[in-house]
Amino acid sequence: MYRENHRGFRFDWITIVLFLLLVGFGWLNILSASHEGEITSYFDMSQLYGKHLVFIGLTFVLIVLILSLEAKFYERFASIIYIAAMLALVGLFIFGKDVNGARSWYGIGSMTIQPSEFAKSATALALAKYMSDLQTNMNSLKDQLRAVAIIMVPAILILLQNDAGSTLVYTSFFFVFYREGLQQVYLIIGLSTIVLAVLALKFGLIAVAIVAAIVLIIVYFFRRKKRNSIIQSIVLLLVCIAFSAGVKLFYKHVLQPHQQNRISLWLRLEKDPVLLEKMKKEEAYNLIQSEQAISSGGLFGKGFLQGTRTTGKFVPEQETDYIFSTVGEEWGFLGSTLVVILFMALIIRILYLAESQKSQFSRVYGYGVASVFFIHFTINTGMVMGLIPTVGIPLPFFSYGGSGLWGFTILLFIFIKLDSNKINEW
Amino acid sequence: MRKLLLLLTVVTVGLVFIARLFYLQVYNKQAYNLFEDSAIKKVYDYPKRGYVYDRNGKLLVANQPSYDVMVIPREVEPLDTLEFCRLLKISKDDFKKTYDRAKNYSPRLPSVFVPQLSKTDYAVLQEKMRKFKGFYIQKRFLRDYRTSIGANVLGDIGEVNQRIIERQPYYKMGDLIGKQGVELSYEKILRGVKGIKFIQKDRFNKNIGPYKEGRYDTLPQPGKDIKITIDSDLQQYGELLMTNKRGGIVAIDPSNGEILALVTGPSYNPNLLVGRERNKHFSRLFLDTITRPTWDRGLQAQYPPGSPFKVINALIGLQEGVINTSDKVTCRMGYYYGSRRLTGCHHHKSPVDMNNGIAQSCNAYFVNAYRKIVDKYDDAGNAMNTWAKHAKSFGLGNYLGYDLPVGQKGRIPDGDYYDKAYGDNRWGSTYIVSNAIGQGEVEATPIQLANMAAAIGNRGYYYTPHIIKDIEGETIDTKYTTPKYTTIDKRHFEPVIQGMFDVYNKGTAATLRIPGIDICGKTGTAENFIKIDSVKTQLTDHSIFVAFAPKDNPKIAIAVFVENGYWGSRFAGRMASLMIEKYIKGEITRTDMEHWILTHSLENEYAKPYSGEPFKINGETTLQVVDKVVADKVEKLKNDDLSNSIRINANQSNQK
Repeated sequence: MYRENHRGFRFDWITIVLFLLLVGFGWLNILSASHEGEITSYFDMSQLYGKHLVFIGLTFVLIVLILSLEAKFYERFASIIYIAAMLALVGLFIFGKDVNGARSWYGIGSMTIQPSEFAKSATALALAKYMSDLQTNMNSLKDQLRAVAIIMVPAILILLQNDAGSTLVYTSFFFVFYREGLQQVYLIIGLSTIVLAVLALKFGLIAVAIVAAIVLIIVYFFRRKKRNSIIQSIVLLLVCIAFSAGVKLFYKHVLQPHQQNRISLWLRLEKDPVLLEKMKKEEAYNLIQSEQAISSGGLFGKGFLQGTRTTGKFVPEQETDYIFSTVGEEWGFLGSTLVVILFMALIIRILYLAESQKSQFSRVYGYGVASVFFIHFTINTGMVMGLIPTVGIPLPFFSYGGSGLWGFTILLFIFIKLDSNKINEW
Repeated sequence: MRKLLLLLTVVTVGLVFIARLFYLQVYNKQAYNLFEDSAIKKVYDYPKRGYVYDRNGKLLVANQPSYDVMVIPREVEPLDTLEFCRLLKISKDDFKKTYDRAKNYSPRLPSVFVPQLSKTDYAVLQEKMRKFKGFYIQKRFLRDYRTSIGANVLGDIGEVNQRIIERQPYYKMGDLIGKQGVELSYEKILRGVKGIKFIQKDRFNKNIGPYKEGRYDTLPQPGKDIKITIDSDLQQYGELLMTNKRGGIVAIDPSNGEILALVTGPSYNPNLLVGRERNKHFSRLFLDTITRPTWDRGLQAQYPPGSPFKVINALIGLQEGVINTSDKVTCRMGYYYGSRRLTGCHHHKSPVDMNNGIAQSCNAYFVNAYRKIVDKYDDAGNAMNTWAKHAKSFGLGNYLGYDLPVGQKGRIPDGDYYDKAYGDNRWGSTYIVSNAIGQGEVEATPIQLANMAAAIGNRGYYYTPHIIKDIEGETIDTKYTTPKYTTIDKRHFEPVIQGMFDVYNKGTAATLRIPGIDICGKTGTAENFIKIDSVKTQLTDHSIFVAFAPKDNPKIAIAVFVENGYWGSRFAGRMASLMIEKYIKGEITRTDMEHWILTHSLENEYAKPYSGEPFKINGETTLQVVDKVVADKVEKLKNDDLSNSIRINANQSNQK
């Protein structure tokens, strides 16, 4: 990459081009997904695509603002920004507006603003600030817990607002912890947890016990120190079984019915054909419609504005969470693969830049940005293609909505600003 | 390693997603088909179905509009149910039941609420329709039979079933298709091609405009009119004669193979299969397994042909050179093989030559001739194969290839047939002498016999019988305009035809002569059996007659078959003579004969096997006499059947 200590060329233009491509292609799909009848003007403010175009315009104002601030500003004010964002989330309980059962919006006139979209940047900043502190040692349990607390505060606030999807986003910061020196054992525990939960739900406790026992026996024979390890293994086995039982109880008694259904559909737990048929019409309706729309696109797609299912608005929420189904139908395998590659490129580019940062603050922040984009992209597209249970979170830069677009733009461009400043970090 | 975890995860997830997209969009995808896209509504525009005319240009089948009341349950608003029911002439319970059924089927899609309103009901209802939200009237075209005859020829149309839709994707649920008769065999010509409009829907099933500005929409192509070879006056007369009898009459124009009349008895009024009551009538007709009104006896009934088949044996004998016209055979009331009588015969003067053999229908003469044919070769199998080849060249023993959808092959046994039955070379001519007189293993349908008469009348060739005369703007299949030759030399026909002529002059049909017309014919009386409670029981013989006229350059060849009518000239002969007179002269001079046919019924005869009591047959029976059947009355009877079905505007003017 050609870099020069010259104003205007310090920014990483690859990232910016990727950003522009995603936003531009995203808008085309919003146009397809939201237009009704003839398109008279792209600035038609009664239509979603018109509004979104305005949001995009305002985005550039934001970008100029972010880039014109001192890079040090973000590090210095990280804590204050974080506290402000948390207050905004708390304020929702008093001044917030209910939309679809989630209390996540502030209403200002006819506009609504979703503070949780901005809280991600704030959390990433705060985490970067805390972890780059010389006194923080990520190998000590105390500091680990503090770092987790920074994440847990917004996560719990958002969960209390009944927006479980956005809460899930905060788990992505695990990648940041791991990069910054979290012990291996957490990775193993994390993976085991997911595998155990899926096994327990899909195959039951006996299957869990058998699999866990086999794994532990293998591990036992490969260990050099055999002292005490029999007891350890047995305890571990019991923990696994207890955990699985806990997962089952959690699934049955804690999760809300619609969440149960989503998981049941994903793991194909429901065997009763009558109930299954009912699910197909209700809970799985979105999923089936979106898979059909994507599938009907074929290799080359039906063409821009030519998707019959998109035009007929067969996929509910197709301009927001399910926008990828429009990509799939109108642009086909080639177009949707392109979007997947663009996202991969963006995330990998951010990771590459993060690794090249001299300041730990910038690196941690960059990692946070990559993780957030990664989890949004994975959960959203995975859900739309039916690989992951339904979780309502937007696809960055594609999904309709001002808060989301601005939240992701701020997240990304603070990093671009930090990156542009690395020359001064020697 | 720590640096790589997220990177590797991103790459893995990306690849998994691309694989999933590949599976969904490329691997698992059927080629995109506009017709299967549920987001696109297909609206069909049905063309006018072609009309059917008879050979003289008389309109037989036209169309009539029919009005279905449709409902879209989701759009229904509270209404005055009582008034609505009164207008539709249904009960409130019916209303509820139909409404629930429609709602169960789909609240969003239209269902038929009340099918096929009469025109007057429609007129009244239409005024008030706007009061009933969610209901609307849809116009369809049904068939309008302008005649009560020829149901077996004209056929009917009905809704396609799932099997047809699977095999012929042109048809969609609810489309009409020809089910029988010319409606079936000329379906593609009559129906035309429906037009289609593609309309983009949204997920609430609401129309939001034409798909791609109507780029793929097509206009309907109207069905073509056809003219069939039936002479409706002759057909009607044949059906009149067939009243109170069961059997078939097939009349063919030998000069071109056109089917002039195709009568089956009993028959039904084709209008029974139109309208609201179609299903009811349909099951009644099809479930009647005793009289079988939907079974076309002219085409499908396979009977032993009886004596008319003797002329074929005479022709084969002459062709093979084993007999000549002057050799005489002595008949002692039957044919004796040693001291065993193989066949009986009736009383006539003896000995007979060929001419008298045909005229008097002497069994002994033909058993003699037949044995000579079979014994000509050392191997009876070879001989029978030769014999079968000759017989089959008259269109017997296989499908004729006519353009009506039903038929039977008939049966002409050959050497292989008997090798199978008796064992190779374990049989000889004496085993199979019944074939000599058209009994035994030989079987034929009335249309095959009529065609055989046509081939004899033409002195050795025939045109494949057909029902189509003209198609609007098209020519008919050349298969119907190319003659097919028999394997018998032309010169052998004259003596045989003379024999058939003498059947009328001095033979078994001498009483049936029509003044002014030289008819050649042959009577037939065929024994037949059925199983009653698994006991083989003989019934009264079938009355058969085959004829053509005039003797030279024949205009009509005819086969008449009357089940259990006893001897040939009794029913079938009279009916054949009357049909010939009707066709050639256009009027009946032998009113005595007509009167006899119209006042005699065989219904008693047909009831016998079902009575559960022992019964007498043939000569021991007495014939049932009825009041003279009057044409108008038959017509009226047939129309009375329709009192329940809807006859929309019977006098409607030609819609063209």
